Amino acid sequence: MTESSPPIVEMRGISLAFPGVKALQDVDFRLFPGEVHALMGENGAGKSTLIKTLTGVHTPDSGSVLLAGESVAFSSPGQAQQAGISTVYQEVNLCANLTVAENILLGREPRKFGGIDFPAMRARAAEVLARIGVHIDPASVLETHPIAVQQLVAIARAIAVDCRVLVLDEPTSSLDAGEVAELFRIMRVLRDEGVAILFVSHFLDQVYEIADRMTVLRNGTLVGEHLTKDLDRRALISAMIGRELGALEAIEDASERHSVSGPVLVRAEGLGRRGAIAPFDLDIRAGEVVGLAGLLGSGRTELARLLFGADKADSGRLIVDGTPLHLRGPRSAIAAGIAFCSEDRKGEGLVADLSIRDNLVLAMQAARGWSRPVPRKLKDQLVEKYLAALDIRPANPDALVRTLSGGNQQKVLLARWLVTEPRLLILDEPTRGIDIGAKAQIQQLVTTLAAEGTAVLFISAEMEEVVRIADRIVVLRDRHKIAELDGGSTIDQVVELIAGDPVPEEVAS
Amino acid sequence: MTALTTRLPSRFLPVLATVVLFALTFGVGSVRYEGFASGQVIANLFIDNAFLIVLAVGMTFVILSGGIDLSVGSVVALSTMVTAAGLRAGWPVPLVIIAVLVIGSTLGLLMGLVIHKFDIQPFIVTLAGMFLARGLCFLISVESVSIKDTTFRSVATAVIELPGGVTITYNVVIAVLVVLAALYVLHRTRFGRATYAVGGNEQSALLMGLPTARVKVGVYVISGFCSALAGLLFSLYMLSGYGLHAVGMELDAIAAVVIGGTLLAGGVGYVLGSLTGVLVLGTIQTLISFQGTLSSWWTKIVIGALLLVFIAVQRGMIRGRRRQGAVAA
Amino acid sequence: MKNRLLWPGIALVALLLLNLVVTPSFFALRIQDGHLYGGLVDVLKNGAPTLLIAIGMTLVIATRGIDLSVGAVAAIAAAVTCVHIGTSPDIGTALVGMAIALVLCAALGLWNGFLVAGLGIQPIIATLVLMTAGRGIAMLVTEGQIITVNNDAYRQVGAGFVVLPISILISLAVLGLVALATRKTALGMLIEAVGVNPEASRLAGVRARTIIWTVYVFAAVCAGIAGLMISSNVSAADANSNGLWIEMDAILAVVIGGTSLAGGRYSLAGTLLGAMIIQTLTTTVYTIGVATEVTLVFKAVVVITVCLIQSPKARAALSFRKVAVS
Repeated sequence: MTESSPPIVEMRGISLAFPGVKALQDVDFRLFPGEVHALMGENGAGKSTLIKTLTGVHTPDSGSVLLAGESVAFSSPGQAQQAGISTVYQEVNLCANLTVAENILLGREPRKFGGIDFPAMRARAAEVLARIGVHIDPASVLETHPIAVQQLVAIARAIAVDCRVLVLDEPTSSLDAGEVAELFRIMRVLRDEGVAILFVSHFLDQVYEIADRMTVLRNGTLVGEHLTKDLDRRALISAMIGRELGALEAIEDASERHSVSGPVLVRAEGLGRRGAIAPFDLDIRAGEVVGLAGLLGSGRTELARLLFGADKADSGRLIVDGTPLHLRGPRSAIAAGIAFCSEDRKGEGLVADLSIRDNLVLAMQAARGWSRPVPRKLKDQLVEKYLAALDIRPANPDALVRTLSGGNQQKVLLARWLVTEPRLLILDEPTRGIDIGAKAQIQQLVTTLAAEGTAVLFISAEMEEVVRIADRIVVLRDRHKIAELDGGSTIDQVVELIAGDPVPEEVAS
Repeated sequence: MTALTTRLPSRFLPVLATVVLFALTFGVGSVRYEGFASGQVIANLFIDNAFLIVLAVGMTFVILSGGIDLSVGSVVALSTMVTAAGLRAGWPVPLVIIAVLVIGSTLGLLMGLVIHKFDIQPFIVTLAGMFLARGLCFLISVESVSIKDTTFRSVATAVIELPGGVTITYNVVIAVLVVLAALYVLHRTRFGRATYAVGGNEQSALLMGLPTARVKVGVYVISGFCSALAGLLFSLYMLSGYGLHAVGMELDAIAAVVIGGTLLAGGVGYVLGSLTGVLVLGTIQTLISFQGTLSSWWTKIVIGALLLVFIAVQRGMIRGRRRQGAVAA
Repeated sequence: MKNRLLWPGIALVALLLLNLVVTPSFFALRIQDGHLYGGLVDVLKNGAPTLLIAIGMTLVIATRGIDLSVGAVAAIAAAVTCVHIGTSPDIGTALVGMAIALVLCAALGLWNGFLVAGLGIQPIIATLVLMTAGRGIAMLVTEGQIITVNNDAYRQVGAGFVVLPISILISLAVLGLVALATRKTALGMLIEAVGVNPEASRLAGVRARTIIWTVYVFAAVCAGIAGLMISSNVSAADANSNGLWIEMDAILAVVIGGTSLAGGRYSLAGTLLGAMIIQTLTTTVYTIGVATEVTLVFKAVVVITVCLIQSPKARAALSFRKVAVS
């Protein structure tokens, strides 16, 4: 990494507006060969838009993009790829119905006699996969592999060509610790080969581990470009959220743990589902925050879905208030006062084309049935109350939810369940992919809710967050519940359990 | 993970099921009716359904890409009309053929462009195409126009003798060539693989830098071309042009493709499956005509029932695969 | 919302004006024997079955579905009723026949709903089954014959008048009831929620399956009544031609009315406009003296025009305004 060589990518004065939104305003950005450059910012800061402008998905309204000193204007990702800019997106953007080899090489496949040379293609794909240490059959169909492997295939695709610029847009969100380490190893290799890597991640630890330089965006404008070693976390966070850190500190203050000894609200006895989560026992008390810690694929979400009846358990039983509850589906869980915010906001949470108002009352309305509409007056009261309480922006109840930022969407989803006054609130990754400000607000809310007597089951990939918020931590590994820890535990304790060191006998279940 | 566990034989299951179904229906026929299991009956299956085979090939492209083309039956009718009217006006046969193919492909191109450029659902655009093509038939003539051109008639009646005394028409040769060409394009060319990719996940295909626009427009051109070609074959078969020819044939084509194991959602399916699908439909019709006492409407009911069975099987498979994926994750 | 109805509205007015130019008496209304007659009344009367089916289709499409089987269901309803009535001139027989037919239609709707909501099969293909097999079933009922009946009570459904044609009164009444039922209750919102995101709706506790099931049954019953209107109008059931391609007209009416085939937001007023546009078009072609078969060409032109005007991309291209790439 050196500034003596000229930047490989230089974006000058980029502006781009969508109807009603100024996504980027006069943003400068540069990327040097042989560096890992982190693009930082809250959700809605313009990171994705800037990346998509670079990769030819969007065309800027004004400003110029220079690649190796030459002005370029890509009108499609294909053109950008040909010029040596490869991209791996947060969601796996591959075709699950095709083979691994096709996914890696389609568009630049080896040919023979005018047709695709499949043996050569598989061989080439195997080479590329071997380079990043993934050993799967290139002829297998992509959808037969877990998401994490699909993500690595996406990376294999990106490096299958001699790319000069590699854009990694939150590639780590679906990888476990081992896979992240593997990815970083690959990134370092590529960096040392002179590839310029643009890296986006919400995990600050990862950014500080891998990035040489960072550019911070806020609300579509450039805040600054710094060498990682010159910018400590505090400074970075203030740059990103553009305000004092009071909110985060408040949460840390509120994190004094209290052990809750109230009555058991929800008890799972041997609840399980084949292929999803092994039978487990779990007690959740009123006013208690139970954290679920575990890697991706450890069965976190699956456990939560069983408690909510989103999937049917094939063993064990659920007891609410001392009475066994037969969950036929989400409706019976909701009737028992259980609410579930899915990790997949877009797919399983919000109804994007409906207004904030309709989304807010959806669960309440569903519980009442279609024949008893929520009275207009009550609706307005609720909407007004929660728009203010959760600081949802824009505070316009008629705005379509699709137009909101990730953080605000998450708040609308939360509000939908708060409206139903649940006794157990299950939050699956409520803070994933949202900005730090909203994150702090949601963490604060969880603490407040618990203090008011609501039981909360809190799931997060960020162990630090779980440890900070939870009164009790349930640790999962390989679809088994392996331990329960007190709130005072440290991240190290949790990590040790997950890392698979000998399991202490008393917690083996 | 080993190659054994990751390879998915279940992808071929629907096609296999279709082949088995074909063998079964044909077997039932041969057991029950004398003279059913002859080479000529098989040849007749191809002769009577050559146009449907060509149509189903075009439809396979469209459905694989995640679209649908409702206009194919009408384009067949329009092609017979243009053929008949052209020949009546004294055009030479090659000119008629070129005109028909150009018209069909152009209609496909226009529909593809509207679908792609303006983001309007294929269902609606091709429905409009269906109306347009049918209406154009009647603009040419409201009545049926018979084909009297001698060259054309001689091609229509010419037969090719195969070993074993089985005869086929030139229609069959063309249909088989179309199937072979489609096999090559779908499995050996970038366009073909991109068609599967677009059907699997269009957004991803775009981000992977695949030529999605060319695919999305191209499949309708192919379908339009195939419809026109099928129309020519149909003219050879019927020796007339009429605006009410091939009414509802788009449904037969879609049914053949679905029975052939292609997912209507796109991304999964095979041309050979569609070919077998057409043969299954043809066998059922032959069976019912051999039976003699069964009325023709039973064909519709049986096709409906078959559709149902295949859809249910596909549905079960998708669920099975999801479960498998979930376990793997 | 209003904007969505603007273009269909303009199209309808333009078509009506065209009629006025060609046949100056088009708008003339006269009362004879207490019945209203005139060009507009004809449009309403002939458009009644399409409108009725389009109303059912609107709700189906709003849930992200589509029902291709309505034409076949209409044919079955007509066949069953006429076969039941036979030669009887009895009002009772007619009523019982219609009741049987509609119950059967509801059952067919349940079947469609079962395939879509129960088995989770794509609606277009699920209903294709009944579209293909249904006409066969109707022919099975009539044994391939055209069944003519001579029953005054039955004739009222499609050909009768109470000032206005009874058929359009039925269709408008259904439209009114549906509008009321979806606005005054939460049904409309829940249908839209299910249409936009079925899984999210399920997890929010919405009985998505029940709602999907309901709309398919409703669509089938609408189709049944429309089938009765069609066959009653000519006092005969023809399994081959009753309701042929009416599903396409109904879908067109819905789309022209601004409801997206992708589901979600729907507009009943738009559907009314759409159905009237389609019928006026047919009538117009007839009155200006072009062969009726050529109507199809005009239909194609209108469909494409209206869809292009409603397509955000096409509008952007026309006005050279920038659009967000979604």
